[in-house]
Amino acid sequence: MAAPVIDSAPFTGAATEATAARQEGAGGRLTRIALIGNPNSGKTSLFNQLTGLNQKVGNFPGVTVDRKSGFAQLTHTQRAEIVDLPGTYSLYPKSLDEKVITDLLYDKESKGYPDFVVVTVDASNLRRSLLLFSQLADLELPAILALNMTDVAERHGVRIDVRALEQELGVPIIPMNARNGSGVVALKIVMAQRLAAPPVRFWEPSDELLPLVRQIRYYFNLHNDYLALHYAQQFRQIGFLSADDKAHIQELVQQYKFDSTAQQAAETIARYGRINEILLETVTVVRTEKREPVSNRIDKVLTHRVAGYLIFLGILFLLFQAIFAWAQYPMDWIEQGISALSAVIQDNFSGPLVRLLTEGVLAGLGGVLIFIPQIALLFAFLAVLEETGYMARVTFLMDKLMRPFGLSGKSVVPLISGLACAVPAIMGARTIESWKDRMITIFVTPLMSCSARIPVYTVLVALVVPDRAVLGFLNLRGVALMALYLLGFFTALASAWVLKTILKARERSYFIMEFPVYKWPRWKNVGITIWQKVKAFVWQAGQVIVAISVVLWVLASYGPGTTQDQAEARVRQAYQAQPAPAAVGQASAQGKAADDELQRRVAAARLESSYAGLFGRTLEPVIRPLGFDWKIGIALLTSFAAREVFVGTMSTIYSVGQDADLGTVQEKLAAERDEQGQPFFTPARAFSLLVFYVFAMQCMSTLAVTYRETKSWRWPLAQLLYMTGLAYAMALLVYQVLK
Amino acid sequence: MPTRRTAKDLRVGETGTICCLEDPEMALKLLEMGCLPGVQVRLSGRAPLGDPLMLVLGDDEYTLSLRASEAATILLKG
Repeated sequence: MAAPVIDSAPFTGAATEATAARQEGAGGRLTRIALIGNPNSGKTSLFNQLTGLNQKVGNFPGVTVDRKSGFAQLTHTQRAEIVDLPGTYSLYPKSLDEKVITDLLYDKESKGYPDFVVVTVDASNLRRSLLLFSQLADLELPAILALNMTDVAERHGVRIDVRALEQELGVPIIPMNARNGSGVVALKIVMAQRLAAPPVRFWEPSDELLPLVRQIRYYFNLHNDYLALHYAQQFRQIGFLSADDKAHIQELVQQYKFDSTAQQAAETIARYGRINEILLETVTVVRTEKREPVSNRIDKVLTHRVAGYLIFLGILFLLFQAIFAWAQYPMDWIEQGISALSAVIQDNFSGPLVRLLTEGVLAGLGGVLIFIPQIALLFAFLAVLEETGYMARVTFLMDKLMRPFGLSGKSVVPLISGLACAVPAIMGARTIESWKDRMITIFVTPLMSCSARIPVYTVLVALVVPDRAVLGFLNLRGVALMALYLLGFFTALASAWVLKTILKARERSYFIMEFPVYKWPRWKNVGITIWQKVKAFVWQAGQVIVAISVVLWVLASYGPGTTQDQAEARVRQAYQAQPAPAAVGQASAQGKAADDELQRRVAAARLESSYAGLFGRTLEPVIRPLGFDWKIGIALLTSFAAREVFVGTMSTIYSVGQDADLGTVQEKLAAERDEQGQPFFTPARAFSLLVFYVFAMQCMSTLAVTYRETKSWRWPLAQLLYMTGLAYAMALLVYQVLK
Repeated sequence: MPTRRTAKDLRVGETGTICCLEDPEMALKLLEMGCLPGVQVRLSGRAPLGDPLMLVLGDDEYTLSLRASEAATILLKG
């Protein structure tokens, strides 16, 4: 099928002046084009094909994630802004995710209102894809139809007469394959043209509806009847309408006894009727042979009652293996690289600025960069599971298991994504239609151990769990890590069950969804996902972490007035009065050792009387029952904003005045001694700290996103109190039992 | 009383034709997804615990996954 670029001229030549003005952009802004289509219609692939790495996506609060947007170079001289909208089946939203679309398309004055839309349509499933298209066309939005997956359609024996279909639909159609990029060039050329509103109407409100529709239309000064009907249907959920506007529509709707459900059903059936007529004339299906599609055969295995669960467990196991074993090598390189760099700088330069650079900035930066391999691997895994279509099967397998806990199969995706980061995971919960299921999922997702906990786990587990094989093939440290993850997971389930009994359902919970056909993942999409997540992490989390590290270094290095100098003087005096045993010898080697011992005591005294020390000291009485001292207190305080700061903080606190030879955090922690000269990090202390980190809510970003998603401060506040209280209680229990 | 069959009552591999949709609210979602009266549905499988179900729709051969309680609102002809 050749792309009918030239054929599209009739549609592009007839642009009205108004459209032309918008094409050039009011105030010289770029043309804005929205991508819209059914879920799994290849929309995201097309978005990646068009924009490459020129995307603005953020997974942190303050950056809009509702609409992914990017820039595409359409021709040598023309650039356009591309907005990627969530997948939907119709313009009557059933979930919050889909509501984003109507909020954008109902309001011509809105900042993001597109100049035209590109509708991605699955050629192998035209009927259903055209339902959405026909609604968009009836809103008189200029549109291009990107006829995707033509290869799949052909394999299914579906022959589409593109020219005839173009005539019937009244918009340019570009056959393409978003996976390998064929047809994208042709699409770009058409996108660079001026487009008029499509001339064909597929459905119009019946005469009985007209009095209502017209009153709304004139009241709000809308450009078309169908849009006015949508106002009547959905006024309660339209964000930009004022309370008065809504009350006005409410009155009209009651006056005319408007039955929203019946009208929607009638409209959908009528649209399908019209679409069937069109398809009858433009599409022929040649069924070569009636054989079971490959996807169904794969499903027989992957959703098998035994094999299905075993395969899912195997995949999870592989995921953990990747994160904890394979990621270790690049992590070691990064860690050693940073310590080496730090040592080189310290050997060649000296002074407070150099110490700020090595003990503050570099130590903090190391704590950020070391995450990269694990985050990249985790997001790669999740992206592949999503891309292949396996994730949908996981929700299918897990639905019945999750329901007793007040969750749905769809909660599994946010929960698994929560292993990477709770922030995108909580946003992912938007696809859950039922309010109650969604709230429960949002509430418990932060209990899943996210990647920010990985360094805390890794460092502390390595400190107290021996590196030993168990059962021949498992590593004891790996088992300990798995146990921490399971602890988080089961606590999430238990908390969900409790919430299920407290919350009242607002509406029924749905589970209807389409199973995507199995596909090989496209590595370009996976690569773009990894790149975005790593970039977001390094830039956004990194800035916070490095800033906190620097502030912390200053707080740890300086104290109020002369208290630090006084503390040092006291230590020196006490030391001279009562020489430590190591200093008694006459030999110069022992003298050197004594000198080192004095240095260490001085450093400890200075840290203790610094601002940070005072901070930690104030907190100490509260956390002493958990086995924590004031140094850990400092780390807890700084990691309150973001838990990944913990390792950086520990690294900074324990570097102040310590031997520069102790390169890694782990060595520094292992060298720490208590008052009796025994290793400070006993198993009881380390496990207490680990359990604290499993449960504690220490992430400003998560609280902010929960607020944004629930539109209420009650939810993030409840999360904060519940999780932190749980963390304190469990850590207390662990320390008192193991002590 | 005539026996009422719904998509939930299909055996794995069995095909039926949609007669009507019972629950008006659920119907909207089902209609959008292509569950129209007159369309053929085939139960292609059940989740290991018996629920949810996998329904293959019409000639287009696409698969929906839905809970048994939801499938019970799809009435079949005959």
